[in-house]
Amino acid sequence: MHRRTPSRPGPARTAVRAVAAAGAGLLTLSACGGGLGSADGDGGDGGDTLTIGYVTPQSGPLAAFGEADSFVVDQMTAYFADNPLEIGGTSYDVEIVVKDTQSDSVRAGEVTAELINDDGADLVLAASTPDTVNPVADQCEANGVPCITTAAPWQPYFFGRGGTEGSSFDWTYHFFWGLEDVEAVYQDMWSQVDTNRQAGALWPNDPDGNAWSADFPGVVGENGYSITDPGLYENGTQDYSAQISAFQAADDQILLGVPIPPDFATFWQQAQQQGYTPRIATVAKALLFPSAVEAIGDSADGLCTEVWWSPQHPFTSSLTGQSAQELADAYEEATGRQWTQPIGFVHALFEVAVAALTEAGSTDGQAVVDALSSLQVSTIAGDLDWTSGPVPNVAKTPLVGGQWRASDGGEHPFDLVVVSNSEAPEIPTAGTVEPLG
Amino acid sequence: MSWVNAVVQGILLGGLYALVAAGLSLVFGVMRIVNLAHGVLAVLAAFGAYVLGDTLGLHPFLALLVVVPVMAAVGYGLQRGLLNRALGGGELAPLLVTFGLAVVLQNALLEAFSADSRRLDLGSLGTASIPVTDGLAVGVFPLLAAVTGVVVIAAIGQFLARTATGRAMRATSDDRDAAALMGIDGRHLYGVATAIALATVAIAGVFLGARSTFDPAAGGTTLIFAFEAVVIGGLGSLWGTLLGGVVLGVAQAVGAAVDPAYGVLAGHVVFLVVLATRPRGLLPSAVTA
Repeated sequence: MHRRTPSRPGPARTAVRAVAAAGAGLLTLSACGGGLGSADGDGGDGGDTLTIGYVTPQSGPLAAFGEADSFVVDQMTAYFADNPLEIGGTSYDVEIVVKDTQSDSVRAGEVTAELINDDGADLVLAASTPDTVNPVADQCEANGVPCITTAAPWQPYFFGRGGTEGSSFDWTYHFFWGLEDVEAVYQDMWSQVDTNRQAGALWPNDPDGNAWSADFPGVVGENGYSITDPGLYENGTQDYSAQISAFQAADDQILLGVPIPPDFATFWQQAQQQGYTPRIATVAKALLFPSAVEAIGDSADGLCTEVWWSPQHPFTSSLTGQSAQELADAYEEATGRQWTQPIGFVHALFEVAVAALTEAGSTDGQAVVDALSSLQVSTIAGDLDWTSGPVPNVAKTPLVGGQWRASDGGEHPFDLVVVSNSEAPEIPTAGTVEPLG
Repeated sequence: MSWVNAVVQGILLGGLYALVAAGLSLVFGVMRIVNLAHGVLAVLAAFGAYVLGDTLGLHPFLALLVVVPVMAAVGYGLQRGLLNRALGGGELAPLLVTFGLAVVLQNALLEAFSADSRRLDLGSLGTASIPVTDGLAVGVFPLLAAVTGVVVIAAIGQFLARTATGRAMRATSDDRDAAALMGIDGRHLYGVATAIALATVAIAGVFLGARSTFDPAAGGTTLIFAFEAVVIGGLGSLWGTLLGGVVLGVAQAVGAAVDPAYGVLAGHVVFLVVLATRPRGLLPSAVTA
C-alpha cells in the first residue's frame, strides 16, 4: 500500500493506531458474550417466597459445563411448584434465579452481587470450575450470604481462596473430589495395563496444570512411575511437536494431562501424525463431555478419564427419589442429548440446599450455615458429610475411572465405561482398561 | 534433530497462519479496515461445512464448493450493506461494527449449535504422515494446509497484479477519490475485496475445523494469531503476511522446543519486537494489495 501524501498519517502510524485499537478490541471481545438463557426474576419480596440464586457459565468457553443447567433448573422449578418447602413449620414457595457468568470470573462475582443486592437471594448456589465457584464464594463470604458450590476440585477452592489449616470460611461450603483422588484413580488405571511406568505429562499453564505438575510427580513416584514433564504450555498452543518429541525420546507408554478440549484434539492429531502412540492415555478436562470426545473422532476410542458421576452410580435423589439412571434417562428424553457428568452434581446442589434449609429450620443465613457446617446428606452425587472433610467447609464425593469406548451401533457414538473403582468400591465397574492401539 | 523438527513443524504451522490471515491482510490492505469478526467468520464457515457433512455426508473439502461461494456472497453483502456505511464514520466506526458483528455472530452460533465441540472429519487423511527421517515426520494435513496458504496468497497476488479489477482495487486503495474520477465504483470494488477475503476465510475455517475441535467461542485465538501474522509481515502486504505467518509459526515451535512455556510467548515477543522496531512490518513494500 503506497500512501505517500505527506498531509496524511503515514502507513506506519495508521498501522500502529489500528493495531492499538484492534488490540483493545481483542481484549474486550472475550468479555462480551450475550446473556443467554438467564431467567432473571424479581424476587426478594420477603413474605413466604424463598429465593435461591444459581450462578453458572452458560455462554463462553465453559458453556459445555452449563448445558445441563436448564434441564435441572426446570426440573427443580417444577418440583418446588408441587412441593413447597417446609422450613420450621412455614411453607415457602421457591424461586430460582439463574445468572450467566459468560465464562468470566469477574462477571461471576458481579452477578453474585446482583443476586444478593437486587434479587434478595437467601442462598446462592454455583457450579463448574474454580473460575466460577471461587469468585461467587468470595462474594457471598463478603456479604454474609450462605453459598454452596460444586464441580471444582477442593484444593483450588479452599487454598485458592486463602483457606489454611487454621482458618476456614464462615459462609461458604463446597462438595467435590480432590487431586489425591484423581492421582489414585489414574494410578489404578495405569496398573491395569502392562507398561514401562514412564508417563508423559501434558500440563497447561493454568490453575489446574500448576496444581497437577506440583503434586503428581512426587505422589506417583512412590509407586515407581516416572513422569516426563516438558514444561507447562500456554492454553491455545497450536504446535505440540516439542512435547511429542520429548515423550518419544523418553518412551512414555503412559500419557496423562489436564488440557482444554481443543488443545487435546490438536495434540492428539499431531501425536498420530508424528507417530507417538502411548499404551494408555488418562486425560482430565478434555474428555469430560461426550460431544468433545465425539469431536476427536475415531481415535478417541479407548481414551481414559476420571468419572465423578454416571448413570451407574448407585445413588438416588433425596428430593425426587430418582436413581442416577432415571435422572440420566429423564435428561436424555427431555433434551435428546447424551447424559453428562454435571447433571448429577447440579441436581445435588439443590438437594444440599433443601437439606440445609430444612435442618436449619429457618431461612436466616446464620442458621443455614450452622446447619451446613455439620450437614450429612445422601444425594444423587453420593453421601456428603461436612463433618469429615479434608478441611472445614468441604465434603468429599467419590471418584472412579472410566474409558471411552466406541459403541458399534449403540445409541451414542461413544460410551463412558467405568473401569476403576479402587477409591469407591460401591460404584460398580463394567470392565477393565483396554490398552490403546 | 529436534531443532530441525521444530523448524519444519513451525513452517507448516506458519503456512496455516498465513492462510487464516490472508483475508485479514487483504481487507486491511484495500480498505484499512481491521476486521475483528474475522475469527468468528472462520468459525461460521467451519459450522457451514459441518452442517453439510452432517446432513448430506459431504467431505469437508467437497463442502468447500458450497461454503466458499456462500461466504463470498455473505462478504459482498456485508461490505455493501454494513461496512461501506461504517467507512464514512471515521477510523473507529468500522472497527466497532466488526467488533459488534463478532459478538452477535458468536452468540447466534451458540444459540443455533450449542456449546458442543465439533470437528470436521477427514478420515485417515487427518492422521496420515510422511516419515522423512527417524524422529521427523511431516503430517499430510499440515502440509496440505501450508501449501493451500501459499496458493491462496499467490492467487490473490496474481489477481491484484494482473486483472483489471485487481488494478482498480489497488488504485482505489491508493486514492479512492482519484479512482472514482476515472469511473471506478469504490463501493462495488470494496464489496468484491471483502467477498474474496471471506472466500479465503471459508477455506481457512474448514482447515481450522479439521485440525482441532471448534465451538462458537473458538474464534478468539484464531484472530490473535492471524492478526500477529499480518502485523509481523507488514500490514496490507500479502507476501509479507505469508512471511509473518512463517515467522510466527517458527517462533512458536522453536520457543516450545526450548521450553513449552515459551511457545506462545515467543510468538508474542517476536510480534512486539517487530512492532517496536519495524512498525511497518518485515515486508512493507513488497507486492502490495
